Amino acid sequence: MLWYEIIGIIMIIIGAVFLFLGALGVIRMPDVYNRMQAGTKATTLGALSVIMGVGIYHPAWIFKTGIISLFILLTNPVSSNALARAAHNAGIPLYEETVIDKYAEDKGKTRAEEEKENG
Amino acid sequence: MSSILIIVFSLVSIATLLSTIRIISGPTIPDRAVGLDTATTITTAMIVLFAQIFHRAIYLDIALVYAILAFLGVIAIARYLEGGM
Repeated sequence: MLWYEIIGIIMIIIGAVFLFLGALGVIRMPDVYNRMQAGTKATTLGALSVIMGVGIYHPAWIFKTGIISLFILLTNPVSSNALARAAHNAGIPLYEETVIDKYAEDKGKTRAEEEKENG
Repeated sequence: MSSILIIVFSLVSIATLLSTIRIISGPTIPDRAVGLDTATTITTAMIVLFAQIFHRAIYLDIALVYAILAFLGVIAIARYLEGGM
């Protein structure tokens, strides 16, 4: 077994563990936003590690796997941001032990400033 | 190598099953959307693992197209929830 194959297998194992932990967080967390945190960040890292591990294991595939991982790296935060904003605007309540809600403060402040500007 | 791939594929399959449980049992609609987002990302990694198992480079193209369509679907669901559609 060559040295880059060993590196690829180790990266595939690490990525599979991160994928499993991300899905476990989606089950375990109490809130939409906490679930989104677990299910997006850990899953992005896990998918990147698995895909780049396969690309390192087969050096002829490194271009296509690089394109796939770059696409996932660019689009996964965008979709999670859109989902979080949609959930907050749709009025999904936060978990009752949540300490701070900056987005609600921001929306309230902008609304107050608009009212002040309108008189 | 094949035994390691069996362990890896079991872990990824259990992860897909957990996010499917969240899709079925989510109390609100954004919960189901989050489960769908997680499941599609895990499925993209799983298609790349299929390419590794069967030694077919054509499955990487399938993974890329699947990632693009999943991104468009999640964005459409988010716009619908926000009331933009």
